[in-house]
Amino acid sequence: MNDIQKNLLKQVTELHEVPTGAYNIRANGESAGRRTTANIDIVTKTDKPGIDIIIKPGTKNESVHIPVLLSESGLKELIYNDFYIGEDADVTIVAGCGIHNGGDADAEHSGIHRFVLGKGAKVHYVEKHYGEGDGNGQRLMNPTTVIEQAEDSHMELDTTQIKGVDSTKRVTTARLAAGASLVIREKLMTHGKQYAETDFTVDMDGEDCSANVISRSVARDESHQIFRSAINGNNRCAGHTECDAIIMDKATVVAIPEITANHIDASLIHEAAIGKIAGEQLIKLMTLGLTEAEAEAQIVNGFLK
Amino acid sequence: MLELQNVSYRVSDTDGEREILHDVSLTIEERFVAITGPNGGGKSTLAKIIAGIYQPTEGRILLDGVDITHASITERAKLGISYAFQQPVRFKGLTVRDLISLAAGRDLSMNEACAYLSEVGLCARDYINREVNASLSGGELKRIEIAMIIARGTKLSVFDEPEAGIDLWSFGSLITVFEKLHETVNGSILIISHQERILNIADKIVVIAGGVLQAVGSREEILPGLLGQSGACPVLKQKM
Repeated sequence: MNDIQKNLLKQVTELHEVPTGAYNIRANGESAGRRTTANIDIVTKTDKPGIDIIIKPGTKNESVHIPVLLSESGLKELIYNDFYIGEDADVTIVAGCGIHNGGDADAEHSGIHRFVLGKGAKVHYVEKHYGEGDGNGQRLMNPTTVIEQAEDSHMELDTTQIKGVDSTKRVTTARLAAGASLVIREKLMTHGKQYAETDFTVDMDGEDCSANVISRSVARDESHQIFRSAINGNNRCAGHTECDAIIMDKATVVAIPEITANHIDASLIHEAAIGKIAGEQLIKLMTLGLTEAEAEAQIVNGFLK
Repeated sequence: MLELQNVSYRVSDTDGEREILHDVSLTIEERFVAITGPNGGGKSTLAKIIAGIYQPTEGRILLDGVDITHASITERAKLGISYAFQQPVRFKGLTVRDLISLAAGRDLSMNEACAYLSEVGLCARDYINREVNASLSGGELKRIEIAMIIARGTKLSVFDEPEAGIDLWSFGSLITVFEKLHETVNGSILIISHQERILNIADKIVVIAGGVLQAVGSREEILPGLLGQSGACPVLKQKM
């Protein structure tokens, strides 16, 4: 890996060198390293680009890192990664994509991640998107996440996109069996003329399953965000979706929460709020000695922390 | 020492121009000065003028002889003025520790931040990493607001009705906080309050009503007069 790629790796995984545990690093469309463990196997797909990550039942406290790094202008790829998490496994999966585009052609990564959780499996999935480079070419990312949760499984999905991605459309769908629970936390900041669209659909099919979808975003400059979250309660279940956005400058944000109860015992809540930073918040921090710009930075950083 | 010289404050609204404060001159150099008076009399406006949130339409403000009339909120904060809001502000994402560190002007260790919270009677372990959001009660927010002022440790601390909106249970311990502050403070405390127990520890009491300074004097001079008219409606008094 060169220095640009190392920096991208650091940005998306917060790691300086290759991670411990299982990993698969994809750089400019090719494999730049892979390690499997006794419990976690990584297999290259034969019918289409991408990998299968197979985690044995009962695997505990292990992690898989699968960062994707693009530093070549003009590169466009569509990858299929499938995760099979065995019964009662408890693992952390860190994915993420970093694009450095120093050229004038667009660089684009679209990943389709499918998670199949066995009974009682627990997954913490962390995904971070980052873009940099001073070329005129756009940095585009379009992640799709498909989640299938068996009985009593638990999944937490943390997705973060703070900087540098010109256009993104994120589509996430989930289907939950009885007793399964899903927590999605999205953090997003757009600036310049960026465009970010998020679309979550959760089908709560099993009895006593639950879903919590939380999005916090900041839209600056002339950027535009669309947040859509649909939660369908098809059984006795509990669902909550919350979208909280700060708008600044000339940015625009659309929030479309949607909850559908198809069962008498489905309990569903949606909350959505969009607004600029409250004047009294700025004043409070200024009375502590911060300038207006410093106060604004503290409020935004805290909000997205 | 803070000096207000002939400070007036006018606002324009749909009813035309109104004067909120008229020709207020006041010197604050004692350790503990209380401002009291009826609601709507201009007390909070005066506090905001001192903090720099409002600019006076007339008059001058001096801090230790330096004219700060046109200084910004940030500049005044840096010069040594702290201001505790009557209604503390909530922040999604910022924790109690974040705010106390910002107030202190540096990253505080766990123990340092805890010390400030203990001062205001909060069990630090339960609060230090909590977000200053709607999950905190009014009484808890008030105390955190006060802890921030203590952490700043400036030469002038202005508190706008610290007792407003808190339950009776929290009130007793809040008074204790101010009694202790009175003992330990290095600069001046200016506190807007209606509470007899607060007025009782003041070195100087200022009465403001209708935007005008009605009386200024020591506790012994002012307090008996205030307590004598407690609950009395001036209109009713005249009729009697």
